[in-house]
Amino acid sequence: MSGLRVHQAGPACTVQDPGRPGFLGQGLSRGGAADPLALVEGAALLGQDAGLAALEIAGFGGVFEAEGDLRIALTGAPMAAEIDGARVAWNASHALIAGQRLSLGAVRAGCYGYLHLGGGIDTPRVLGARAVHLAAGLGRAVAAGDQLPAGRDRGGETGLALEVADRFSGGALRVVEGVQTPLFSPEVRARFEATEFVRGGRANRMGVALDCPGEGFAAEGQLAILSEVIVPGDIQMTGDGRPFVLLPECQTTGGYPRIGTVIPCDLPKVAQAPAGAPLRFCFVSRAVALEAEARHASHLAGLRRAPRPLVRHPGDIPDLLGYQLISGAVSAHHEPQGDSE
Amino acid sequence: MTANDRQIRPGFPALRPVGLSGMLVSFSDRLEEPANRAALAFRAAVEAERKAGIAETATSLASLFLRFDPEVLSHDALSDWLQGLLAARDWYAAALPGGRRLIRVPTLYGTDLAPQLEEAAAAAGMGVEAAIADLGTTRVRVLTIGFAPGQPYLGPLGADWDLPRQTALTAQVPVGALVLAVRQFVLFAASSPTGWRHVGQTAFRCFRPEAAAPFALRPGDEMLFEPVSKPEFLRIAERATDGAGGAVIGEIAE
Repeated sequence: MSGLRVHQAGPACTVQDPGRPGFLGQGLSRGGAADPLALVEGAALLGQDAGLAALEIAGFGGVFEAEGDLRIALTGAPMAAEIDGARVAWNASHALIAGQRLSLGAVRAGCYGYLHLGGGIDTPRVLGARAVHLAAGLGRAVAAGDQLPAGRDRGGETGLALEVADRFSGGALRVVEGVQTPLFSPEVRARFEATEFVRGGRANRMGVALDCPGEGFAAEGQLAILSEVIVPGDIQMTGDGRPFVLLPECQTTGGYPRIGTVIPCDLPKVAQAPAGAPLRFCFVSRAVALEAEARHASHLAGLRRAPRPLVRHPGDIPDLLGYQLISGAVSAHHEPQGDSE
Repeated sequence: MTANDRQIRPGFPALRPVGLSGMLVSFSDRLEEPANRAALAFRAAVEAERKAGIAETATSLASLFLRFDPEVLSHDALSDWLQGLLAARDWYAAALPGGRRLIRVPTLYGTDLAPQLEEAAAAAGMGVEAAIADLGTTRVRVLTIGFAPGQPYLGPLGADWDLPRQTALTAQVPVGALVLAVRQFVLFAASSPTGWRHVGQTAFRCFRPEAAAPFALRPGDEMLFEPVSKPEFLRIAERATDGAGGAVIGEIAE
């Protein structure tokens, strides 16, 4: 079976898809890709379904060898990427022919990079999905020696690239009020909105801790709160009054008070914020949030038509001297973002 | 809904949004038996309606959460629909769900495998023997499943067991740990840090992803944690490869 042989892998590489909705009543959170937008981008680059599984790579990549001819795409947090030693572009699709090696280095921005295969990664489904859910003990991280089987690829072009807006360096997050928002006084909420936070040291697929100088953000009657349902995006105030933003692999219930919920289309910015990146919160109305989600949905729908032929940068061409160079053939303007060499 | 219920619980049942695609129907702001039954019965009623736009439902101790698709069903339309269903009857007087089971689980209380029994018994003002006799004969109900896959919150225990959570967390308890606080047990589905006291150990796995029925428990089921000796527990733990940990399951006649 064709697939990808793992020769080396960073400590937190897991197979992810859009997750397993529908098990909340049984205590199992949806899980799935920390940055779901990256799954849609990869699917657009390979012209395939966004429900297929890809390899999510936290922080540091690895070395992978094609067993059989493959199409691949690279999305999410940009990493230094090489095929048999030749640099290749991020946010792009490539051919990886049998025996060729793909090396992925450390992230250059953001946290989670994604490696997609034409036909998807075809590991067995458990409870309806391929997403590894580390917190629930469903599956495990990828390790050296593993083979990631490729699903049947209907084929298509490679050498396509996507223009991608930056979501890898923090920024402003839109928040809607939730069940426990009224437990926070108007003064505390105003101070929360005015505070510039930075992503703290504690972050994984379950959630991300934020830091800020000064006083924490306490709710009234904080210790008497009945454990209640949690959804990804919830901003819970832990014992020290610092925000902890929950991500797809969060627990399903919790007793810490939550000041609000980051809207889904802004959540990849939280997952992708590297340690130290600035983050700010801004309450918006339900109507404003729904409008933002609708715009995001139409952006996703348009991605399928967005890939453009990759403009190769001279630095990426190993046999550059063999080419007839014409001045101006490579325009910086058309360079795919993330390919910054 | 009777006028009496409104007086007892001013402001409840309450409908409140959770994020952009969630709605919470709360029956109380504290754990109480009628509110727990109301949440379970109301969930069954919502599920039976199979309303377009509702993606899934889940109960907590005293509430029902609904995830919905705001493109199909607006927040306001869902609110109106839920208000109608809430007004249809007195949910606090609802019976428990049918098809409930009693699950008797061999349990090792105390010893090095459940090191906080003594401390918990002392806090409850009991000797260790009396504590085992009490905990080992109290039938508790699955009030909700949550936090981790298949993990039950069980209660109520007697009033003596209204112990606060510890201020410092226990770094790690193993799968199958029976922990206690606030007149409830939690039976841990995964190894986890906890603020609850570790009083018993079982070989029961609440989540069995490889099994045909991966989630061993349902809200409304009852459990009895029957004391066994350490040698007997170790024997059971060694033999129990199916995750049941020697548990015996029976139907509860309604």
